Amino acid sequence: MSDLDEVSTGDPRPAEVGRLIFDRSTACARCTEMPALDVPDVDLDAALAHRSRRTAPLLPEVTEVDLARHYEHLASVNFGVDSGFYPLGSCTMKYNPKVDEVACRMPGFAGVHPYQPPATVQGVLELMHGLQEALGEVSGLPHVSLQPAAGAHGEFTGLMTIRAYHEANGDPRKRVIIPDSAHGTNPATVAMCGYEVTTIPSDERGGVDPGALEAALDTDVAALMLTNPNTLGLFDENISRITGLVHSFGALAYCDGANLNAVLGKARPGDMGFDVMHINLHKTFGTPHGGGGPGAGPVAVTDALAPFLPGPVVALQPDGFRLVMPERSIGRVRSFYGNAGVLVRAYAYIRAVGGDGLTEVAEQAVLSANYLKERLKGAFDLPYDRPCMHEFVLSGRRQKRESGVRTLDIAKRLLDFGVHPPTVYFPLIVDEAIMIEPTETEGLETLDAFADAMLAIAAEAARDPEVLHSAPHVTPVRRLDEARAVKEPVLRYSPPCLD
Amino acid sequence: MRFIPITPAQRDDMLRAVGVSSVDDLFGVIPEDVRLSRPLDVPDGVSELELLRHLRQLSDRDLDSSRVVSFLGAGCYDHFVPSIVDAVVSKPEFFTAYTPYQPEISQGTLQAIFEYQSMICQLTGMDVSNASMYDGATAMAEAAHLAASVTKRRRVVVADTVHPEWIETLRTYALSGTLEVALAASRGGRVDVEALAEAAAEAAAVIVADPNFFGNLEDLTAVGRIAKNAGALFVVAMNPMLAGVLAPPSEYGADVVVGEGQPLGNAMSFGGPGFGFFACRSDYLRRMPGRIVGRTVDVDGRAAFVLTMQTREQHIRREKATSNICSNQALCALAASVHLASLGPAGLADVGRACVSKAHYMYDRLVATGRFSPAFPDTAFADEFALAYDGNAREMQEAMLERGFLAGLELSRFSSELSGIVLFAVTEKRTREEIDRFVEEVSSL
Repeated sequence: MSDLDEVSTGDPRPAEVGRLIFDRSTACARCTEMPALDVPDVDLDAALAHRSRRTAPLLPEVTEVDLARHYEHLASVNFGVDSGFYPLGSCTMKYNPKVDEVACRMPGFAGVHPYQPPATVQGVLELMHGLQEALGEVSGLPHVSLQPAAGAHGEFTGLMTIRAYHEANGDPRKRVIIPDSAHGTNPATVAMCGYEVTTIPSDERGGVDPGALEAALDTDVAALMLTNPNTLGLFDENISRITGLVHSFGALAYCDGANLNAVLGKARPGDMGFDVMHINLHKTFGTPHGGGGPGAGPVAVTDALAPFLPGPVVALQPDGFRLVMPERSIGRVRSFYGNAGVLVRAYAYIRAVGGDGLTEVAEQAVLSANYLKERLKGAFDLPYDRPCMHEFVLSGRRQKRESGVRTLDIAKRLLDFGVHPPTVYFPLIVDEAIMIEPTETEGLETLDAFADAMLAIAAEAARDPEVLHSAPHVTPVRRLDEARAVKEPVLRYSPPCLD
Repeated sequence: MRFIPITPAQRDDMLRAVGVSSVDDLFGVIPEDVRLSRPLDVPDGVSELELLRHLRQLSDRDLDSSRVVSFLGAGCYDHFVPSIVDAVVSKPEFFTAYTPYQPEISQGTLQAIFEYQSMICQLTGMDVSNASMYDGATAMAEAAHLAASVTKRRRVVVADTVHPEWIETLRTYALSGTLEVALAASRGGRVDVEALAEAAAEAAAVIVADPNFFGNLEDLTAVGRIAKNAGALFVVAMNPMLAGVLAPPSEYGADVVVGEGQPLGNAMSFGGPGFGFFACRSDYLRRMPGRIVGRTVDVDGRAAFVLTMQTREQHIRREKATSNICSNQALCALAASVHLASLGPAGLADVGRACVSKAHYMYDRLVATGRFSPAFPDTAFADEFALAYDGNAREMQEAMLERGFLAGLELSRFSSELSGIVLFAVTEKRTREEIDRFVEEVSSL
């Protein structure tokens, strides 16, 4: 009935927004049923030491068709890479090949238990070994642990490996240096690893200021954490000098691999002097982001750090592939061996594209970013006007100054054009930042349509800023009251009688 | 395969627009000394047909659950997953999306997480749940960090009956010096409450799993009281698939409830990805790690969902954040929600009842053979149990593998004291016929 009411008001947006699966519940409706019990029905309360559950959890009671429609509706108000352009800087939202979804569901990968005898899982172990080898080659850091479940988890793993290395040398250290352009996970990871953060400013070209680095370095520094290309999309030309300086104080160089897509087959972090890096398989190697996960953040290291890697890792031994613990391992960073389902997808992607194809990926990603930069730099400020790598950062400060339109308004207006907005307000060192990463998987028509939309929005900002302030206009819901979400937190469903 | 839609002619147009003559010019910013001057030593790309052939060959070499009768559990379980689950998680609007930073076009992911949080609160009895974490082991480590932050103490006491890999994970997290891990000894397959009472003094947290690694039920009433008396947070790891039959940890005073969510809707997938769930009392909401979704309204007053409580998080707090985590296992949590909704309260209880009944049936039959004896007599268990084999357990497992069975997990890999003890898990997928056949075959060895 409410559906009809909504339709009759002429509201163009879906009537079901906000209707929970709990709201579809009908007493005693069932979807999945169990076969009749074929063993004696145990006295639960006696079997469970009189701890059986007396009040059933309040779960929805729905049929399969209810579920199918509910989630079809939710999908229809969600935007993914398959929905349209997703130039979310630093997130590398490239197309996720369909064959990878077939691969990870193959029974020999999806249907195996982590504690099966090794002889019964040689296929998945060979695949993981092949992925370790490929990631070692691409990064120039030959020893790889596939355990970490995400990029931030890889950061934690990498820094803990560095920590173990220093401690094994009888040289425990206190601080980690991070440039001010770094992603927020970097300082949060440093704190989690029991180190202090020293932040250094970037130079006027957007790179690490070697003078500031040198001033911050001493023998208490455990590591420098750096993203290269950095979060401005710029390759640090001083990289060898930077890693050399770090090493001269006995510290190690950590590479945040978020931007590896830019340099595949062109340059390797290991050759730049980095000792450790994590690799976001869900960025560079095309595995889907899943609405926030699962991802995978394998860590690659030099020979010197290999004994400290978390395990187990896959090794080829005379009797086949085996899971082994590195000699002086920091231990496990999670249960089992990593997000194998994600590892399968990344392996499939690498084998599909191949070594030659990976280099083309970097070339096109960089060309597409530079193309968009050229198309947009007249209408928006470009704080660092240099050839970029796979992404670039505009500033909305001109629009803010001239029309009172903020970057947030520009992002929200892009939604009306059917585009996922770029990353905004990051990196922190750029005022009103707009960080654009097109990736290699977008056609010229898409790139041009995005540039046209951005130019149209810049013109609107000058002509009719209110259109931007009140954007978006045609999305399933419009701007949200985020303050209210914090002030009056509603974090779960409550049945109506308890409201 | 190539996933680059730009044609060579378009590429030339783009180069012209950028004002360079070749792509190499764009990479001119990379100094010569760090440039890779040879092709990557990675095999050349292949067609989809060749790729699938190669992957199927690898997959075929593994013994998957459709070709063997498995009694393996120990943290990863072979439950039945209804077809609707994969139908939902295969929708590209869900799996090709990023973290829902733009709520106006991410209501699907956000609402699904809100519903997930609601269901986890129901299973655990807690007030609030986050949007999920990497896995059960890391969720437990994060709970230890939360407890340290709340109590301003560093030492966490964890029962040695918790999954050994989870304890190892906790120890790795503690290497940072931010935590100190003390093990509480066990007796008869459950944490020794007297030893625990001593160890818990001045502790930040008391951590147990229920059922524990051996499948046994802990004395949560006693453990909860000990935690409370010590001023420590009471952290319980639970199996969500038993939440329909086992009283929630909230009834015993739990402050934080965590666990591995894989049994709900996720394939075993060689141990990952699953997800960790993390729920707690509302007192700790503002110190909770991970993403949280809340309900609010849009400018038109329409109900809508958004990532909230973000001042806890790394992108705002940087080194003062509650955790460095900036993701969740959204797709795995979605699978869990769909599975739970498809079961409903009655279905979840039915699955729990089936697992517990089948496990007890198998336990009784195996003990009756005389070849197995209870490793922990007189201790209640749910769907998983430990038995001592009266011969060489490894040889028994090999012989049973030849007969088409994965005969549980022999535990000497974790401790020599556990040598000869085999942990069996029984899910609702196992039939009486399979169990009977296993018992007959194993007693004829």
